Amino acid sequence: MANNEAYITGIGQSEIGVKLTRHPLLLTLDAVREALDEAGLTIGQIDGVSTYPGRTAALLGFSPIGADELIDALGIRATWHAGGGEISSQLGAVVAAVAAVRTGQARHVICFRTVYEAAAMARPEEYPVPRRDRVDGSSQWFAPFNAISAVNWTAQYAMRHVKRYGLTREQLAQIALTDRAHAALNPRALFREPLTMDEYLSARMISTPLCLYDCDRYSDASTVLIVSAGSAIDEVTCTPIRIAAMAGTVERHSWDQAEWMACYPTGADLWKRTDYKPSDVDTAQLYDGFSFQAVAWLEALGFCDIGEGGRFIEGGKRIALDGELPLNTFGGQLGAGRLHGFGFAHEAVVQLRGLGGARQVPGDPRVAVSASGGGPLATALLLARD
Amino acid sequence: MAAPRPLPRLDAVNRPFWTGGAVGELRIMRCQDCAAFIHPPRPVCRNCLSENVAPHAVAGTGVVDTFTVNHQKWHPAMEVPFVVARVALDGVPGVFLTTNIVGCPVEEVDVGDRVRVTFEQQDDVYLPLFEKIG
Repeated sequence: MANNEAYITGIGQSEIGVKLTRHPLLLTLDAVREALDEAGLTIGQIDGVSTYPGRTAALLGFSPIGADELIDALGIRATWHAGGGEISSQLGAVVAAVAAVRTGQARHVICFRTVYEAAAMARPEEYPVPRRDRVDGSSQWFAPFNAISAVNWTAQYAMRHVKRYGLTREQLAQIALTDRAHAALNPRALFREPLTMDEYLSARMISTPLCLYDCDRYSDASTVLIVSAGSAIDEVTCTPIRIAAMAGTVERHSWDQAEWMACYPTGADLWKRTDYKPSDVDTAQLYDGFSFQAVAWLEALGFCDIGEGGRFIEGGKRIALDGELPLNTFGGQLGAGRLHGFGFAHEAVVQLRGLGGARQVPGDPRVAVSASGGGPLATALLLARD
Repeated sequence: MAAPRPLPRLDAVNRPFWTGGAVGELRIMRCQDCAAFIHPPRPVCRNCLSENVAPHAVAGTGVVDTFTVNHQKWHPAMEVPFVVARVALDGVPGVFLTTNIVGCPVEEVDVGDRVRVTFEQQDDVYLPLFEKIG
């Protein structure tokens, strides 16, 4: 029978740094090369490109390289491509690629996310910050109240958990502490020194209840995931990781009108599309650009009840490398750097292939969930090694 | 927060919301057919798809649904700390406003606080801020 599944095959990642001078196209190329090598593919076998959020000309450091440029720069003959921000979230670029390969529009799709925010901020003469006289679109409902950063929007969801469910700073700290403990085992991670509870609790507040260590740091890096069609899987030399289910549900596309962040309906919908259950998951790689988002994803994906996320991670043992649900084993965005969503799927594949080295989850993991996004942005991918 | 705020670009749809404060009114778009409120304002009702919508002056009181105290100076002129809150408006089900709670120390704001709108004018925009009642 024809194999109509979709798989993540080659994965790659550039160095992760701050204020890198290597051109972002070349960082992307570094990640592409590593992914091609791992998959045993050549650039000539790539016929699709997918990215999030596409080239953002107005804020170039956020996304300096788009699908269009990569196609032309690397000489790719693309039978399908897409790049844009109006998609379920960062990993929505993978969801789009899966649709492409399952409908025969492409065989091997490079999905990538390149970030260059630290370098761009350090070199405003090359990456000028845009001047706006007025704000419009969704920004108009936040910026006039100086709620400028996503940390302000996320913090309000976190505060609701503090007030309604008793989430404590000591509980929330476990995301940052766990991330940093895992990052110490990841040679590529940005922050390789452990973080102590005392350091966390004495850090300055950014937007209550979120402190400095609850926020990721602008980074420069590129991450690539190749999505391959089942019909072309014989061309690949690495262990293919099957995309067993996907979800990306949004009920109100808004950071303040929605009672629940989009991860909640997304998590519920993921399990409607598979026979796997949360208890089958061997490791979770969940978006933590702000720590609270990982807590929300744990609840949303059914690893604990809504409101129980703080107690679920309390003490940190359950989400440690040798715990019952190892979380963000590459260091997450708080430890490894702001890879912006793609790092979570990358690490899920690393773990399912048993290539984690010092940070490998014990017990031969076969099922992983990865997720990206906060607020109205949410994508969940369930990945399995058959 | 005396420093100038980023201001919205006014258009036909959002102007009633951002200028209602000139006459002391907090205006929320409302469907004239099914009575649902529509926020952010749009020229169609998200409940029944009617195009028969119009701005409606609401009570201007509400409850702090959630909040955060921002301590980070996002630009050098920003005065911190200040409260960003999500206010649930009385009589306007399903609508929340992101706003600032002003007129009291930041540590006195909590979820459940009763608040009333107060407008701050900058140029042609009247920003609906809120202060605690009583």
